[in-house]
Amino acid sequence: MGKKDTVFKLLCTGFALLSALLMLGFFLQLSLAGADAWKTFGLNFIFSSEWDPAAERFGALSAIVGTLATTVIALFFALPLAFAAALYLVDAAPAVGTVLSHAIDLLAAIPSVIYGMWGLFVLAPIMQDHVQAFFARIFKLENPGNGFGIFTAGVILSLMILPYICAVMRDVFKMTPAVLRESAYGIGCTKYEVAKDIVFRYGIRGILGGVFIGLGRALGETMAVLFVIGNLMEMPHSLFDSASTIASTIANNFAEADGLQRSALFAMGLILLAMSFGIQVLAQYYLHATGAKRGEK
Amino acid sequence: MKKKSLVPRKIKDMALRIFSSFAVLLSVGAMLWILYTVVRYGAESLSWDFLFHKSQPYGSVGGGIANALIGTVLITFGAAAMAVPGALCAGIYLAEFKDHRKLAALLRFSANVMMGMPSVLVGLFVYVILVVPTGKFSGFAASVALAVLMFPVVMRTTEDMLSMVPDQLRESALALGMTRTRATLTIVCKSAKNGLLTGILLSLSRVSGETAPLLFTAMFSDSWPTGYFSEPTANLPVLITEYATNSPFEVMHQMGWGAALVVTLLVLAVNLITRIFFREKKYGN
Repeated sequence: MGKKDTVFKLLCTGFALLSALLMLGFFLQLSLAGADAWKTFGLNFIFSSEWDPAAERFGALSAIVGTLATTVIALFFALPLAFAAALYLVDAAPAVGTVLSHAIDLLAAIPSVIYGMWGLFVLAPIMQDHVQAFFARIFKLENPGNGFGIFTAGVILSLMILPYICAVMRDVFKMTPAVLRESAYGIGCTKYEVAKDIVFRYGIRGILGGVFIGLGRALGETMAVLFVIGNLMEMPHSLFDSASTIASTIANNFAEADGLQRSALFAMGLILLAMSFGIQVLAQYYLHATGAKRGEK
Repeated sequence: MKKKSLVPRKIKDMALRIFSSFAVLLSVGAMLWILYTVVRYGAESLSWDFLFHKSQPYGSVGGGIANALIGTVLITFGAAAMAVPGALCAGIYLAEFKDHRKLAALLRFSANVMMGMPSVLVGLFVYVILVVPTGKFSGFAASVALAVLMFPVVMRTTEDMLSMVPDQLRESALALGMTRTRATLTIVCKSAKNGLLTGILLSLSRVSGETAPLLFTAMFSDSWPTGYFSEPTANLPVLITEYATNSPFEVMHQMGWGAALVVTLLVLAVNLITRIFFREKKYGN
């Protein structure tokens, strides 16, 4: 190899190493900046739901619960929809399928702050006037809520993560060998049976990978949630209660916080980082497994 | 084998078909509903003054979004200038130099993890490494934050696009006596040009609407973005957030919608044009 080649290779290696260094840097920096909070509260920080800036007592539990609750709701709605939509798109006539796929992908292109505005001015009033009023009538709830809360945030999140899950599922379904599906149709299977017994079984790992990709998106989403969740640092008691997520708490309080509160916010950031790291590992594991099955690389 | 009767099978099949179509309709419908809302409310505030005047301090009437628009463009292109060259090199490393497979797998993994990094954490990270030491919020810090978001995306798409280039091309280039560097840059990268451009432009359109990383880096200001390196810099996403959530005034909500329309149009235009003009060139397998 010539001298230029060596330089070029070193350059490329250096930049590639940057991705790993950045990842390490995030862990390191968030741990350091949150050290005060960990020292003061210990592991109790995770299990306490107290949030009292005046008394300098902080706990992350209510935000963690809010994060998990919104994520679960988002997945509950997005998963079946993404699965069914991907099923439709893979089998649709090529022209129709392409256009509709692009249309669904556009959901991912809309900036999250636009989702937030839409949620704040359009979805939240609808939730208050119709959906929550409806549930309040059925379950005889005393406080039907004001439209801002976990449920509304979950619904918006489900729209935001749907295109990601749907895109992964589309790819996975396309990988199912045509011979398998055609043989199934050939012995008289209905579309439902092909979906359940062939496509689903064959692509289960890829589907799980898609689920985790969606989960990761929902966990870390900030703006859309911030606009509609109500930002209340209290343990929520029902799905329609105002609450907060880790990301929304950081975005909402960071500018005014200092001292121990700021450190607590960094500590929450570390919790979020650990959660999203774990989920990414699972996503990579399952997606990588399908890639291997595909016989690529 | 047990024989299943035909009727329930057909009913289940019908149900799945209906639900599938419903799912597609709902997704596309939601997309159109959001766009319709933004266009309907936003169109009312679009005017010459709105687009070409700077924003006014809180509480005073009138003003536009020109400073925020320029700020957003500055921040986004600053991010691209920082992230793209390095990310291309990193992608080239993953696709072209395969002598350390374990290392490459590790780097690919960390890039994938970075792609799923919550953007608000990127804001915190850059706040600590740039804003705290210099003591200044700046558009530059915001660019760094967006660059951190762009880097792994461009890196991974570069790798994917370069791996699609057939090996014969590489071999022929090397057989002609080209150095590895030249073969990579003039032959491999050039034949994957459309794919690379698509990756860059799509990631650009994605980060230009990001808000969370800008909250603690660029902040907001009502002046023209003259202090890109040293002062809070106006930008559209934070302007929308401020006007929509921190203000009781209908007028400001209205302006927020106008800004939302401008952002959406920008992002979607880049996105659609990229998809239509640079459709990824597939090599026959």
